[in-house]
Amino acid sequence: MTPTPGGVPADERDEPAPRDPGAQPERTWFAWRRTTLTFAVSVALAARVAAEQRTGTAVAAAAVGVLAWLGLLLTAHRRIGALSGARPSPMGAVQVVGTLVCVLVLVVVGGVLL
Amino acid sequence: MRDRFSASVRLWFAPQRLREEGTTPDYRFSLANERTFLAWIRTSLALVAGGIAVDQFLTGLRWGVRTTVAIVLLAGAVLCAFRAVNHWVRCERAMRRGEDLPASRFPVLLAAATAAAAVLVIAVVVLGLGGR
Repeated sequence: MTPTPGGVPADERDEPAPRDPGAQPERTWFAWRRTTLTFAVSVALAARVAAEQRTGTAVAAAAVGVLAWLGLLLTAHRRIGALSGARPSPMGAVQVVGTLVCVLVLVVVGGVLL
Repeated sequence: MRDRFSASVRLWFAPQRLREEGTTPDYRFSLANERTFLAWIRTSLALVAGGIAVDQFLTGLRWGVRTTVAIVLLAGAVLCAFRAVNHWVRCERAMRRGEDLPASRFPVLLAAATAAAAVLVIAVVVLGLGGR
């Protein structure tokens, strides 16, 4: 059963909720999890800098980093929820812009910690 | 060129407008595009982590050298993050319109920059430049 660029083959369309043998939703699910984990590593590094410098600015920056991580966790959580449907729709503005904003916030945190 | 760029930028912040064009592709293609987007986001996050780590672990380098390396890495992270969104939007649009996926020079630029940075760091470490 080869997928066609225009959509799913006609014989698949009428079935209620066929499980994708390629496990695409699950793989996407794991990709979101990997991304939140990678973010956590960066936040941990920022927290280490804050623990070493012990200045108000550094601690505040690390706290903002943790908030950005929570923001990404929420974004990932909502997206993973949407992936559980039979035919998940593409990412919406909330996921795309939310992810971008979280990463940019972390970059600013990294800049402040220099 | 500028019109196309501003159209892409508008789509970054309103990807739901993509749905006005063409037909919805097989959801598996969209999920593959999403995973590519996330892989680029992780590349960006790795650069942020590198930028923060340089300042902590390369303490043998002068302050100026360390900070320059960190800023270059953080700037690379910003580029990667925006590129991730831009490429996702362009691929999604191309799939909806049934066009070829967009070609991009960004991967080769990133690879070249990474290689150049690695050679530079090797030179600095071996020759003992940039020390305190």
